[in-house]
Amino acid sequence: MDTYYDPADLAKFAQLGKHSPDLAKKFFDYYGAVFADGALSARDKALIALGAAYAVQCPYCIDAYTQETLKHGCDLEQLTEVAHVAAAIKGGAVLAHTVQTKNAAAKVGM
Amino acid sequence: MEKPLDRASKGLELAPTLARRGSPLARGAEQLARLDATKLDDARKGDFEAHLARAELSPLRATHLEVLQLNVGKVCNQTCAHCHVDAGPEREEAMSRETAELALRVLGASDIPTLDITGGAPELNPNFEWIVCEARRLGRHVIDRCNLTVLAANPLAHLPEFFAEQRVEVVASLPHYRALNTDRQRGAGVFERSIAALRRLNALGYGVEGSGLRLVLVTNPVGAFLPAAQASAKAEWKRELARLYGVVFTDLYTITNMPISRHLEWLERSGNLERYLQTLVDAFNPLAARSVMCRTMVSVGWDGRLYDCDFNQMLELEVGDARESRPVPRHLRDFDPELLATRIVRTGRHCFGCTAGAGSSCGGATT
Repeated sequence: MDTYYDPADLAKFAQLGKHSPDLAKKFFDYYGAVFADGALSARDKALIALGAAYAVQCPYCIDAYTQETLKHGCDLEQLTEVAHVAAAIKGGAVLAHTVQTKNAAAKVGM
Repeated sequence: MEKPLDRASKGLELAPTLARRGSPLARGAEQLARLDATKLDDARKGDFEAHLARAELSPLRATHLEVLQLNVGKVCNQTCAHCHVDAGPEREEAMSRETAELALRVLGASDIPTLDITGGAPELNPNFEWIVCEARRLGRHVIDRCNLTVLAANPLAHLPEFFAEQRVEVVASLPHYRALNTDRQRGAGVFERSIAALRRLNALGYGVEGSGLRLVLVTNPVGAFLPAAQASAKAEWKRELARLYGVVFTDLYTITNMPISRHLEWLERSGNLERYLQTLVDAFNPLAARSVMCRTMVSVGWDGRLYDCDFNQMLELEVGDARESRPVPRHLRDFDPELLATRIVRTGRHCFGCTAGAGSSCGGATT
């Protein structure tokens, strides 16, 4: 069955450079530098990346950063807490917007 | 009366060994054949010697002897899922007093500075304390490779004090600083008992800065991937073990799981063998190859036979590569330090486990 997402496509990400090599090189150089040990450790960055991957719901990123965080020694309980952090931020963002509803309702309501 | 082994096993989740199940993978030759038959995408066809040649290291020779590693037997109170020894409570292989005495005579006649005692759970060998005392009397550094849980049960509960008196370096296995992955790999109940043992060792000064009592933790991946970077993992483990359990330690070694024995069986069963072996081959690091532990050690089996390392021992590859011009003695009774110090190491595809990424050895990463 055809699907929009195929796990085998994850490995093709590097082919991004085929039609715009200069931009792809800039992106991959930047990407590599972002995830190196810095003020935050590479492990912390991988956990943040997994949280962001859940939030943007990218199946490639979720696959890649699940594997990456496991390599950094994280266990499934820790990764599940990452998902809850993403869920809390996304859920909180929804709920915080109820203020817009209240504001709009206050303008026109009695 | 209950035996120490029974007491030490009580309450821990156990699984039958490959040997008990009569698995073909209990034999070293079968393990080597399966590794050789694994399909790999590699310009050098997954030939370890060809990779060594690329690093200008073939044939791989020992450089000197720093460590005599005694594997005193396969008896263990645990049955860890990845165990390269296929150790467990039902194993009976154990170094006799006679062989232990021979080993200590060899050590005394040599200038090898370190005796590294492993198993199984080495503490379950009835000659264990005698071996430690004799090696210390010879002025040698002694390492005990400890699974921690064995220290909880009488009559072995005095061992932490014994270790401290004898200034033994304790190198303890703990795959993770939390229970989930530790128990998944080592059996339910292992983590809680390991933390209790670490607290006892800490109370005696082990792992405490300035005490001189080294407590090293060994972590290995719980799955088909390479270990985390050792230095950053150590910082994280120090922080988390202190925060969660108030436990301190001296150093953390990261060790790659070797694709042999029970780990090989798991890799096959889970459909990970090809990918894992490919990962190891792709990550071949010439710098790590230069520093592999077999170049500075000799491994002794429970029956006195000699090997290049504990992995070769479990694969039944005795010392003495076919390319040697002179035969290398294969038993303690013929121990020749000079010949062994420059011997050619026997290799195979399993050796990619020690040369991948940052490298792996009994002393952790090698680069």
